[in-house]
Amino acid sequence: MTATAIEHGHEHGHAADDHHHTGEVDLPTYLEYTRRNRLGMWLFFASEAFLFLALLVTRFYLWRGPHGEVVRPELDQFAGLVVTAVLLLSSYFMNRAEVSIANDKRTDFLVSLLITAGLGTAFLIGVVVWEWGMFPSIVKGHLKPTDGVFGAVVFGMTGMHALHVLSGVVLILNVWWLGRKGHFSSERHWGVEACAIYWHYVDLVWIFFYPAIYLIGSTIEVPH
Amino acid sequence: MSLFTLGIARGLVGQVLGMVIGMLLTCAVRILLGWEAWAAEPAWTVGAVCSIIGFLLGVGSLDDWLKWTKGIPTPLHHGPPVDKPAWTRYFSVDYNHKVIGVQYTVWGILLLMVGGTVAMIFRTELARSGLQFLGLDLYNSFIGMHGMIMIFAILLGVGGMGNYLVPLMIGAEDMAFPRLNALGFWFNVPGSILLLLSLFVGGWDAGWTAYPPLSARGPIGYQLFFLGVFAIGLSSIVGSLNLLVTILRMRPAGMSLFRMPIFCWAVFATSLLQLTATQLIGTSFLMVSVQRAIGMGFFDPRGILGEVSPMVGGGDPVLFQHLFWFYSHPAVYIFVLPGLGIVSELLPVFSRKPLFGYKWIALSSLAIGIVGFIVWGHHMFVSGYNDILRIPFMYATLLVAIPTGVKFFSWLGTIWGGKIHFDTPMLFVLGAISVFLIGGLTGPILATVPTDFPLHDSYFVVGHFHATMFGGFVFPFFAALYYWFPKVTGRMYNETLGKIHFFIMTPAFWVQTLGQMGVGVMGMRRRIADYDPTLGAGQIENWQLAVTIAGFAIAFGVLLMLWNFFQNAEVGVAAGDNPWRSRSPEWQIPSPIPEHSFPAPLRVVGEPYDYGLADSGYVTTASPGDD
Repeated sequence: MTATAIEHGHEHGHAADDHHHTGEVDLPTYLEYTRRNRLGMWLFFASEAFLFLALLVTRFYLWRGPHGEVVRPELDQFAGLVVTAVLLLSSYFMNRAEVSIANDKRTDFLVSLLITAGLGTAFLIGVVVWEWGMFPSIVKGHLKPTDGVFGAVVFGMTGMHALHVLSGVVLILNVWWLGRKGHFSSERHWGVEACAIYWHYVDLVWIFFYPAIYLIGSTIEVPH
Repeated sequence: MSLFTLGIARGLVGQVLGMVIGMLLTCAVRILLGWEAWAAEPAWTVGAVCSIIGFLLGVGSLDDWLKWTKGIPTPLHHGPPVDKPAWTRYFSVDYNHKVIGVQYTVWGILLLMVGGTVAMIFRTELARSGLQFLGLDLYNSFIGMHGMIMIFAILLGVGGMGNYLVPLMIGAEDMAFPRLNALGFWFNVPGSILLLLSLFVGGWDAGWTAYPPLSARGPIGYQLFFLGVFAIGLSSIVGSLNLLVTILRMRPAGMSLFRMPIFCWAVFATSLLQLTATQLIGTSFLMVSVQRAIGMGFFDPRGILGEVSPMVGGGDPVLFQHLFWFYSHPAVYIFVLPGLGIVSELLPVFSRKPLFGYKWIALSSLAIGIVGFIVWGHHMFVSGYNDILRIPFMYATLLVAIPTGVKFFSWLGTIWGGKIHFDTPMLFVLGAISVFLIGGLTGPILATVPTDFPLHDSYFVVGHFHATMFGGFVFPFFAALYYWFPKVTGRMYNETLGKIHFFIMTPAFWVQTLGQMGVGVMGMRRRIADYDPTLGAGQIENWQLAVTIAGFAIAFGVLLMLWNFFQNAEVGVAAGDNPWRSRSPEWQIPSPIPEHSFPAPLRVVGEPYDYGLADSGYVTTASPGDD
């Protein structure tokens, strides 16, 4: 499920107040459609929150040392810090894109979208190449998915999050492509708004995941 | 007209193609990695994922969204397809909530029959001790299959009632997101096909709960089972999201939340649970799935983390039970709340009296939903989790009895002194109350830690569970089918046959549920293919036989109902617009309902349940000037 499943296509010139009548019943206004879409989007986030909470619960349930203390694996702290910074920065440009289209600054809007997608891709590369070590010839990773619960949970949490980032990047590129073709206006840009709040949401999830994976707890001393 | 004008036929072809493409893709990747080309489990798993997408593409459920990604406008089409017969819309993607509601209901009834047939097979096996015709693995696959298919069927029935009724009851033109609504239904078809297919690739022998470590080691069938549940779960999530937005944003002016038909409250509470809790069963099954596929040891119990090395072990199967029951306990409230809403909806109509304590019934649904989130641990009293958790889970579970009791007393207050009409729907409502009472009263026995210990995993639990499911879903669902049949088809069912169905099924069900509890107390264990014939002073076989016969009687009753509907859907006596003299909005418009349900926006002019108050109404479609 990505946010594309939420209906956000009403800016494509078939909304109700285009004097588009079906049968005898007047269709609601664009504003009313947007209100419904917005509520639907937030309910979708509420649903997704339970997925991410389940992963957080798993992390705190399973990452316990021999004496029940909270532990964490040894990961590349620098890599974690860099990808987190990149993702936080991308949210700024996503917001800039939304503000730009609301003020009819189309060039700023399109450029900001591209920067956001670029930073999102950088985050993905950081996770997959640097942290996961998918390409050992470039960077050798610290963990494999099969390395006990440390491997399982690190790959489970970052994998599920990366899947959401990936769908977000695809969504942003789709919005950018439509924007280039002249879709969206300062009054009608629910598609952009949906994309933006989805991106911020995925960002917000990482703000919880990053400390849970990288910072909380102590590393285990390997017994000799 | 070729077969492929039907969306479902294209979808099935798409599913087969998707499966093949997924398998080939897996082989190709394996060859590129230098591994042996064919490995059954990854091939079937990737194939199954692709088969769901293939079905959705084939049926055409994703067409509009794919157009949106290209910026092509897609005006919503109303009415039957232009160049095809009108009936084909029921077999294709259609955005009208009334069509989707019927699709949900019919697919649900089909699955109900499949699940019932599976139950008949292993009930026959259980009628005598010893193994007659089922092997142990097949028996285990069948009990799990019965459970999961019935859960699918119930979710579909719940979806059918919600989708068909809620927009009508609040006077909305349709659901808030019609395309999402259609997608929600079509997820179910490939999902149930994968579930049935799993029987042919080894089945899955851990019961519907699929606890690891067994589910992490068993045959390939588990992967198809997990993916089938995934598809149904996605359907639940998008369907409930849609219903919530519809209820919150599409009511007419004047219909405040406490002036909605009470069924909408039940759907509202159910949808809140479905929207959120469903993620947990998805997550827990996904974890087992990846543990099987790539060895991520979430639930692998070998080794304590850090004892030898931090890179080995640390998994815990009890975590699975926590995650699983965090959905699967609220799930039973997802199943019963709409049914209890049907009881509250129908009682005033057939008692010709106002609903007693509207606000309390509405809030009790929410209360059951909220308390339902903090009781999952009562399934785990003997799992070996921390002792300290047992007491809070016990008290939280007993707390559920309070809002449920509110409902019972409100129902009694509604019937009390009413002019009761014993038509078939009302009989099923009364049957539901009697059966749900049996389920309700046996609940605290299982919720209390000391009494749960000896009864855990016995047939007593099976009896209790079936009483809650029949009282909370099956009886009210049948009541709803009889009650709204004239609205959907415009024809009346045969009342005599309906009554015969009721008087066969209700005593049969009492025998079945009390019989199951009885053999449980004698020592019959759940999910075990055989039992000791000397149990219960040698009487257990007679009890088992009685339960089996009762089960067959119930099945006969259900067939009678379906025959009744089948006979009368086209040629029955015309029912008229409002045969039950209901005040609810859907009965104020013609039967069957026209494409656009309401000729004009609804206006609320009174209270929903003021039965017996002369010259009062609830809603009108006339504009104020017409009065």
